[in-house]
Amino acid sequence: MNDALDVALRLLVVFVVFLTFPLVVGQTEHKVMAHMQGRLGPMYAGGFHGWAQLVADGVKFAQKESVVPADADRRVFQLAPAVALLPYLLVLLVIPVGPGEGAVGQSVDAGIFFVLAVMGIGVLGSLMAGWASANKYSLLGGLRTAAQLLSYELPMLLTAASVAMAAGTVSLTGILDAFEWWWLPWQIVGALVFFVAGLAELQRPPFDMPVADSEIIFGAYTEYTGLRFALFLLAEYAGIVVLCGLTTVLFLGGWHGPWGADGLGWVWTLLKTAVLAFVVIWLRVTYPRLREDQLQKLSWTVLVPLALVQIALTGVVKVVIS
Amino acid sequence: MPRPSIPGSGLAKGLAVTLRTMTKKTVTAQYPDVQPELPPRSRGVIGLFEENCTVCMLCARECPDWCIYIDSHKETVPAATPGGRERSRNVLDRFAIDFSLCMYCGICIEVCPFDALFWSPEFEYAETDIRDLTHERDKLREWMWTVPAPPALDPGAEEPKEIAAARKTADKLAAAQAEATEATAQAEAASPQEGES
Repeated sequence: MNDALDVALRLLVVFVVFLTFPLVVGQTEHKVMAHMQGRLGPMYAGGFHGWAQLVADGVKFAQKESVVPADADRRVFQLAPAVALLPYLLVLLVIPVGPGEGAVGQSVDAGIFFVLAVMGIGVLGSLMAGWASANKYSLLGGLRTAAQLLSYELPMLLTAASVAMAAGTVSLTGILDAFEWWWLPWQIVGALVFFVAGLAELQRPPFDMPVADSEIIFGAYTEYTGLRFALFLLAEYAGIVVLCGLTTVLFLGGWHGPWGADGLGWVWTLLKTAVLAFVVIWLRVTYPRLREDQLQKLSWTVLVPLALVQIALTGVVKVVIS
Repeated sequence: MPRPSIPGSGLAKGLAVTLRTMTKKTVTAQYPDVQPELPPRSRGVIGLFEENCTVCMLCARECPDWCIYIDSHKETVPAATPGGRERSRNVLDRFAIDFSLCMYCGICIEVCPFDALFWSPEFEYAETDIRDLTHERDKLREWMWTVPAPPALDPGAEEPKEIAAARKTADKLAAAQAEATEATAQAEAASPQEGES
């Protein structure tokens, strides 16, 4: 096939996934959350069980005026949603869905490095928004975001490093090629730490202190309206997709499954990602928000030591095997 | 002494609760699409059964909000039996309830001695003008048809007063009839002898 066409097609597919999957997760969240609370959730938009609720929300957001506060740093303020959203698109590009070259947007040799570095940028969007809004609550939210990023990036990196050690490569496809089923119990602690730290980095409840609406209105997003606000929300759900996809690839064996290894690997990846996304929603519905100091304590006294233990375990097992 | 719990068991319990709730039926009422099933005697609106009304005015006088309007006039009814006395009777001209004043206390319904007022579960009669909430007898009459049958009595409950009274009357009547037939039978038994003699 023509190279340019091939690249364009891959980009298009990744872009479509980027636009639709977060909406699917969002709609699932509406419904799952509602039923977990004994409600029905949206029932009108689109006719069948409110399936078009998020489309309707999008239309509403697009119609709204995009207000920039008078004292805000205009450029930074307007740029922040893009900074928050785009990294997830880039990460999505390198997540392998199935085996082989055909099932990944662009395989990058230093996959883990790329992914973690780029995901870190996403948090910058919130920080920029908080700083540029000229609003006390926004600033508080932005600073909380920064504090959260600092404390949770470390366990995330450590656990990702543990997987990289186990596989002997930092390429995402390489890790999956080396995957064996017994990695699952071997790396389970790392998986939990990675997932929890990822949740915290996405500022999902119960780690949503940066947007704690009962304390600081809506954190860094307080001053945002219309489409820019929608982009921030989209970033959150794109983040869920990316985090679940990454956890799947790094810890749950991606396309490996008990059966259907040939050609159906991508189904396993999607299935695992969907289950993880459900867990993300489930956790949100179940647990109340942590306090800011509890959040920091969780990271430094629980997650970081656990991640270090995981690395030690990985190293020991690796040495014993080889 | 509380049993020492496994760390994290509380977190797991929380997850179990939300998961269980998800599998249960939701409690959301889809009101405009699905009408609620309201039990009899729900305090929706007051229906008027005109035929039972004797214009005794008890409801209007007991109403704490004075929201019941009753107009009437008297008619004379010709004597039922020749040589009897003419009777006068109240005829209802207007019966209106101002639902903007009504506080749904139900005293009028309680107090009505002739069962002319009833609770109807109908509740969709909002108006855009408060003055339109005064509803006249025709409207109250229409609501009468939305009154559901009262719920069945509890087993072993006391007999309703109306039925008790009706039974008493019926019993009395039956006893009187039995007495009468007995008397005629006795008279008949006596009469042939009379005829013979």
